[in-house]
Amino acid sequence: MVTLGNALSGALRRPTSYNGVWSWITTVDHKRIGILYGVTAFIFFLIAGVEALLMRTQLARPEQDVVSPEVFSQLFTMHALTMIFLAIMPLTAAFFNFMIPLMIGARDVAFPRLNALSYWIFLFGGILLNSGWIFGGSPNTGWFNYANLSEQPFNTGTGVDFYVVGLLVLGTASMAAAFNFIVTILNMRAPGMTMMRMPVFVWMTLVTSFLIILAFPVITVGLIELLFDRQFGTGFFNPALGGDPVLWQHLFWVFGHPEVYILILPAMGIISEILPTFSRKPLFGYRVVVLSGIIIGFMGWGVWSHHMFTVGLGAWSNSVFSIATMAIAIPTGIKIFNWIGTLWGGSINIKTPLLFAVGFVSLFIIGGLSGVMHASAPADAQQQDTYFVVAHIHYVLFGGSIFAIFAGLYYWWPKMTGRMMDDNLGKLHFWAMMIGFNVTFFPMHFLGLQGMPRRIHTFDSAMGWDLWNIVATVGAFFMAASILIFIHNAVRSLKKGEIATSDPWDGRTLEWSIPSPPPVYNFAQIPQVHGLDPHWSNKYGDDGHSAPVPVGGGAEEVHAANHEHADEHGDDGHGIHLPGLSYYPVMLAFGLFVAGYGLVFYETLTWAMAIIGLGIGIVAAYLWSFEPAEEDHESDD
Amino acid sequence: MIPRPLKSGGILALIAMAAFLVLLSCNPADNQSTFEAASPEAQKLLDLLAIIGWAAVAVFVVVEGILIYAVIRYARRRNDNTMPAQTHGNTPLEIGWTIAPAIVLAVIAVPTVIYIFDLESEPPEDSLNVIVTGHQWWWEFEYPEEDVITANELRLPVERPVRLLLRSDDVIHSFWVPKLAGKVDVIPTNENRLKFTPMETGEFYAQCAEFCGVAHSHMRFRVIVEEPEEFDAWVDNYHELASRPAPTGDSDEAQGAQLFASRGCLLCHAVNGPASAEARLALKEGFERGELRFPAPNLTNFGTRGTLAAGLLDNDPGGENLRAWLTDPDEVKEGNRMAELATVYIDPDSELTALEVSQLAAYLLSLK
Repeated sequence: MVTLGNALSGALRRPTSYNGVWSWITTVDHKRIGILYGVTAFIFFLIAGVEALLMRTQLARPEQDVVSPEVFSQLFTMHALTMIFLAIMPLTAAFFNFMIPLMIGARDVAFPRLNALSYWIFLFGGILLNSGWIFGGSPNTGWFNYANLSEQPFNTGTGVDFYVVGLLVLGTASMAAAFNFIVTILNMRAPGMTMMRMPVFVWMTLVTSFLIILAFPVITVGLIELLFDRQFGTGFFNPALGGDPVLWQHLFWVFGHPEVYILILPAMGIISEILPTFSRKPLFGYRVVVLSGIIIGFMGWGVWSHHMFTVGLGAWSNSVFSIATMAIAIPTGIKIFNWIGTLWGGSINIKTPLLFAVGFVSLFIIGGLSGVMHASAPADAQQQDTYFVVAHIHYVLFGGSIFAIFAGLYYWWPKMTGRMMDDNLGKLHFWAMMIGFNVTFFPMHFLGLQGMPRRIHTFDSAMGWDLWNIVATVGAFFMAASILIFIHNAVRSLKKGEIATSDPWDGRTLEWSIPSPPPVYNFAQIPQVHGLDPHWSNKYGDDGHSAPVPVGGGAEEVHAANHEHADEHGDDGHGIHLPGLSYYPVMLAFGLFVAGYGLVFYETLTWAMAIIGLGIGIVAAYLWSFEPAEEDHESDD
Repeated sequence: MIPRPLKSGGILALIAMAAFLVLLSCNPADNQSTFEAASPEAQKLLDLLAIIGWAAVAVFVVVEGILIYAVIRYARRRNDNTMPAQTHGNTPLEIGWTIAPAIVLAVIAVPTVIYIFDLESEPPEDSLNVIVTGHQWWWEFEYPEEDVITANELRLPVERPVRLLLRSDDVIHSFWVPKLAGKVDVIPTNENRLKFTPMETGEFYAQCAEFCGVAHSHMRFRVIVEEPEEFDAWVDNYHELASRPAPTGDSDEAQGAQLFASRGCLLCHAVNGPASAEARLALKEGFERGELRFPAPNLTNFGTRGTLAAGLLDNDPGGENLRAWLTDPDEVKEGNRMAELATVYIDPDSELTALEVSQLAAYLLSLK
């Protein structure tokens, strides 16, 4: 068998080029994969944004016919799915990929080819999910896809099949990535970087990864049961066959609520890096911030039924979940107070990343408070499924996650690209987005309390909802314009942005100790860590209680030393063993993609396509397992 | 620099404007506004909103205030290169801001739990019982003691407690009359309950609050709270209509009554009082088997209703809206089951003529 494997993998020559399109397709470098994640997710972010604009256009005035009710259902379903699974999660994954190895002083992630596999599955899963627009209809039952509306005889198209198969495929990508980051963070930290010396972003990545590997299996069970109900006539959720649609709600929200923390904890991690850097102060209460992140991760499992307060689960259930949901506000509040404590007494450098970080905190406070308002089950009876909740979710996921992601983009852009973004354009982007965001979403609180339900494609002008709907629509287009400013800034920076130094923000963590952009091997010499904020202590000494004085060993000296070290070995880092390029991750992902269409179109394409796809995947996995991790080094070593 | 008095004047103006906008937004007169309660139960929800809402506003002002103050106060001045004190934390502060939110939350949690149990307690024995059934995309109201089944218009006597039993015949819906009670989901496998006592007469707007398919936005209804005598008269009128023979002769109504039977309307719509449970179940199961039928609104007292197509259009006495609805239901309410399943709408050969439409409308409007 081994010889067969060797023969087969020999047949497909190992990719060798480090330039051109194929070098990106076959790359296993965490930094390139991070950029692929970021660019792909940003494109999906734009698609989901256009979907939102279409919905806001439809709702600008009462009784409009811009899109049909069916298309409107597909729009709100795909907007949520795309933003959650194809924009926010992979945008944070872009930072995990690019930054985690740099922040912990490693040369790559633990499983580089698995990392490439995660990306390619994500890309193909995203295309699969979105291809419903072309092939007969997208999912149309909301991102929560409540049974039994999602089943026969109430849903006969292929939209829900795209949902089921798309999420199953995307789930494997998330799971693989989560395992990868857990192993990377636990095993590959530089010497001296104990767990309690890790940057908060690394901690939050770790907690998020655990949430992913625990939450996705739950939705996977639900999805497979739904697949069986739809395609083999089982009755898990079908009342006509004795099934229970409420079971789907439990499975969905046991996944869905931790998913909310999967979206927000990385954002909190990004903020916890930016605020100290731009305040020139260590994070206030590092241990407490880390601990509250972990507590949020645990408590996130005990609150799912607050999405189901109106289902009729009974007074005891609603009481317990009300109190648990309120309690989760405590660790969240602690984080907010510690961020303010970090700013307090600092020397705050008001640059674009800082503005976005402060914007995150200020908007997340609003989202947190409205969250507490519907944590109370009776109060929620007037808010559930109204625009009040639409406002809330956008304050935490847009005001929260997206603002933090832009904060992280402006912050790490010089490290990723080697060029600076224009700070004035960045500030313009911030203020336009801040104003547009609040004009769009704050009025939705009023709309909800005035009784406007979610997911309605139109409304009657007798309801008194006209004013705030047109205001929200204007705000949405304003926000869209702010994104154009960002794109302009990014393109401008790539073309003619100021060249970034290795440490443009006077950073605190290890990624700022290496050149921008980092060399393929990251660290010529693996750093030795002596405490929290190792790069800062290298520059200023680690006496935390008095104003530090620079002791040398600043950024320029450090990588001068690194290069010296590399030069000593006469190879400028090329003697460092790095994993080689590989075709198999993309091939395996493609197999799943083909199999996915087989499952969606099981009636027309028959199961053959699913089997062909799985066959491609199995061949790829087989060849992969015989491919050596590193390239051949006949010449040296 | 802006002169100080002007600056504070500007801030006052901003606050006044914000307050005005908020007042504008909390207009209790709006049809589905949760800021007006017409029952003690809805009042409890409003009280709870007030407690939590004002607590949230207070926390918002304090925390955002400190945040903005900190950013402005500690902003780095140009060319200022002094290193701030490197504080890593402060244990008493940390303990303080753990306990403070816990206290605020405890204050909110107590009334929350009290109201949860209170709202789920048993309603009084003499409550009016109504069985509510959610259908795609209309509402059925059955008064078992009164032997009445009607649709899309829930009539209730004022000041009498109501006990609703909520059922669904197909997918999950949510029953929501914002001014009378918080929403409760309508689920095919569980029978939910809802109680409230309407204290004001009037017409209350309501609509389905759980996404239930393509016509979800148009799954509306009205609750009409009236004096007990009016309610009794309405019940009596229903029974009178249920036993009234179909009109005969050459009148439009009589022609319409014949068309109602001959063109298939009667297959799904009952006009002679409540249809039997078996007949209604047969419609539901027929649809599940793929037959061209679906549970449809009982039309016994259609002429008394203020709206048609599930609260969507005014049921004007001239019949203009009704004729539009009968001519092309999909145009009025996209995706509805009648347009999807009724022979007169799916078979081009048996399309209704304009005359037939107006005869049917005349008949239906005479049901009062």
